[in-house]
Amino acid sequence: MNRYVWPLVAVMALLVFLVMGLRHGDPRALPSPFIGKPAPQFELPTLKNPEVTIGTNTMAGDYSLVNVWATWCVMCRAEHPFLLELAAKKAIPIYGINWRDSRLEAIRWLDDLGDPYLASAYDEDGRVGIDWGVYGAPETFLLDPAGTVIYKHLGPLDAVIWQREFVSRMSGGGQAQ
Amino acid sequence: MKRLFVILATLLLVSTAFAIDQGKRFDDPEMQARYEKLISEVRCLQCQNQSIKDSNVTLAADLRREIARMIEEGQTDEDIAEFLVVRYGEFALYSPRKTGKTLILWVVPFLLVLFGGYALMRVVKHRMSLPIGDDTEQEG
Repeated sequence: MNRYVWPLVAVMALLVFLVMGLRHGDPRALPSPFIGKPAPQFELPTLKNPEVTIGTNTMAGDYSLVNVWATWCVMCRAEHPFLLELAAKKAIPIYGINWRDSRLEAIRWLDDLGDPYLASAYDEDGRVGIDWGVYGAPETFLLDPAGTVIYKHLGPLDAVIWQREFVSRMSGGGQAQ
Repeated sequence: MKRLFVILATLLLVSTAFAIDQGKRFDDPEMQARYEKLISEVRCLQCQNQSIKDSNVTLAADLRREIARMIEEGQTDEDIAEFLVVRYGEFALYSPRKTGKTLILWVVPFLLVLFGGYALMRVVKHRMSLPIGDDTEQEG
């Protein structure tokens, strides 16, 4: 009888790991290697005015959101009203990175739907997107006043996620990080 | 009938046109080989379970372009792996690096084979020590 105990234990252990793997949640949501590190440096022309540039330095000094978006991104349209709401409440400065998009279409999108961004960087060839480890818009990074990435959310932002994942990480909005 | 055959044959030819543009062609065959190997070992994060060699989404094309650029600049395969891991994490590499946390992935299979071999040896030795002709030892 005893000889069956160890194989049984081994199989049970394997099962536990399998179930843990299955319950991992969204398999597309990968842990960002940037959490706790300074936001990648960049300098890009803004979407609306190619002569003005925007970069990581622009964002320092306060908590800020960096939202990666594009007009071809369906879920960006879904989260857009919530970004407008945040901007209207002046909850946090929001910067955009317009990723792999057409400038004209992107400007038209902001004119039609409203512009929640203080400014959007225009990343035409996706080079900055790669530096930020972007792999699926929309992606939203939360930066602390020192410019450190403290959270990244993949997929559309909404009020529930905002409260649970973002507000709680900002000091003054719950427990300090 | 013959016409149908010709149409079908033409369609077969056309299918090659759907192959993915792998972009870069190097003059140096060695660089080309490194490029092909690297892009087949990098996961397309947008369409997981494909390599960036097999995918034609924009991010895969961007990463192919970056890797081609880095090869041209003379960077090593390790440099390129590091570039990807810093941005996308270890998950981006189909062939995990043999350092740090991923080392366990490479070591454990060999440990398991050793353990299995040891267990097998013990069983065989035990059986050999049994008296010959005693076949009555039945499993319960």
